Amino acid sequence: MTTASKTKPKATEARLGEIRESARREAPPPPPDIAVKTAVGALDPSETGYYGLPLLKPPTWTWEVPLYFFLGGISGVSACIAFAAQVFDAPTNLIRFALWVGLIGASICPLLLISDLGRPARFLNMLRVFKWRSPMSMGSWILVGFSGCVFVAVVGIELVARGYTHPAIVTVLWLGEAAAALTGLLLASYTGVLIGATAIPVWHENRKLLPAHFLTSGLGCAAGILELAGFLVPATQILGFAASGIETVIEILLTLRKGVADGPLHRGVSGKTLLMAGILEGPVALLIRIVWHAETWGRYTAAVCFLVGALMSRYAWIWAGRESSHDTKTLFALQRGR
Amino acid sequence: MAITAFLTDATICIGCKACEVACKEWNEVPEDGYVWSGLSYDNTKSLGASTWRHVLFLEQPLAAGPQLADTSDPFRWVFLSDVCKHCANAGCLEACPTGSIVRTEFGGVFVQKDVCNGCGYCVVSCPFGVIDKRYHDDGRAFKCTFCYDRQKVGLMPACATACPTESIQFGDMAELKERGKNRVAELKERGYGDARLYDPTETSVGGVHAISVILGEPEAYNLPPAPQVPTSYLKSAWTSAFVSAAILLAVVLAAFAIRL
Repeated sequence: MTTASKTKPKATEARLGEIRESARREAPPPPPDIAVKTAVGALDPSETGYYGLPLLKPPTWTWEVPLYFFLGGISGVSACIAFAAQVFDAPTNLIRFALWVGLIGASICPLLLISDLGRPARFLNMLRVFKWRSPMSMGSWILVGFSGCVFVAVVGIELVARGYTHPAIVTVLWLGEAAAALTGLLLASYTGVLIGATAIPVWHENRKLLPAHFLTSGLGCAAGILELAGFLVPATQILGFAASGIETVIEILLTLRKGVADGPLHRGVSGKTLLMAGILEGPVALLIRIVWHAETWGRYTAAVCFLVGALMSRYAWIWAGRESSHDTKTLFALQRGR
Repeated sequence: MAITAFLTDATICIGCKACEVACKEWNEVPEDGYVWSGLSYDNTKSLGASTWRHVLFLEQPLAAGPQLADTSDPFRWVFLSDVCKHCANAGCLEACPTGSIVRTEFGGVFVQKDVCNGCGYCVVSCPFGVIDKRYHDDGRAFKCTFCYDRQKVGLMPACATACPTESIQFGDMAELKERGKNRVAELKERGYGDARLYDPTETSVGGVHAISVILGEPEAYNLPPAPQVPTSYLKSAWTSAFVSAAILLAVVLAAFAIRL
């Protein structure tokens, strides 16, 4: 590439003419008069496309991106839990912990995203423009906004916990928490929009399901982390129930619905991973919670199952997108309305 | 400034790949692998980060088309030089978070390589599978520039300049669309019953700046029959996100309210 430009002079008009003339010279003579017949034995290109080659390009994202989806979901919903806890006067320690989870997550997320970039040194270019119509641009701004808000909230709660209860500090804490909750909800859900609004069939056909699924996943994980940290209050139990209950419904829906583009959600590595993930997040976590709701280890186990399932599910969705980008037959079927 | 376009005619193309060579030389595009694909004379297989013109070689058991007739095994060999479509509603341009991808005054879609940071979102947003990242050596996204540098100074793109048969025509978009329609009518008259103009104007892509005269279904050329710009999915996806977020907020608040 760059070496070629150093050793060879830039192509000129004369050179382009040379290419044209040599192509003309070396071309075979035109065929004699063609007797045109009607087409016979037509292939079905809707089956094969062009030599069965993929039409779309597969996602370029590496391992960092699904992990980011996972951590972003946890951080965002965690901040939302902190806000709700504050509203209903939950123990300060729970609020503090939840906010710290948000802040630590928000600190790791940009590192993952930057490391996935083809040109990491240019990560600040993400903040060059503000584009409503690009979920990638909105996501960058959401992450920046969330980080700022959750940072303010953490500073506020740490001051309050140390006895600095000046009304100004308390107001800033509340504002920070409320803003972190709202931006956190966006952070946990926009990733569904991000992959839902692409040309990849399995993603765009599930664009309504994805934000709901990612949010629910984030909820179960954030509640699970609080439980694992020892906050075995009823609220985290209720949230755990809610998250695994909704995930069970989503899993049943996915299994029964069989959408045209859903192949990669049921077949292959992506399908198997997604199935296991769905079972762990949904029925398994739910059953453990129902049967051993009074046991500490029951809640821990349910939390771990949900976390593992949620992480697997993020990877499975990205892998499914890769599979889907190769499935040209389904793309044709969708576009022809078959 | 005139709105320009390509009209690529598969019934004139001789498969010489002069367009590919000219494009590579002019734009200093790196090699795209010296691999024999075994798929007719096509060794690059698709458009990509380092393949901005791609000549397809279709082998079809069909008799209508440029071939020697009167054979017991009907066979036709069709060539088409494919290129970035420079969509009116371009998925890559809409998706780009850095503003690296812009619309030029000629209507083309141009990647500013000094701005691109290689996030890869354009790659999954192109309904034609054109733009891609150069993985190992570069990391940024690349595609056809519509020879913006040449158009700026009034020259035709390199591929159209080098085409020895005028299969690749370049010029005013409205005029080329007209020419394409006339060409299809003429071909049909001459017995090429499955000749058609590939110009997806009826979809959310809203028309393209690279139209083609092809024989047979667009699927055979890996051209999407009804490409959609992914921004058309935004409304329903964001609605779901907002509704789910509101419900989740209510659930979380309720969980802590119940505790008391």
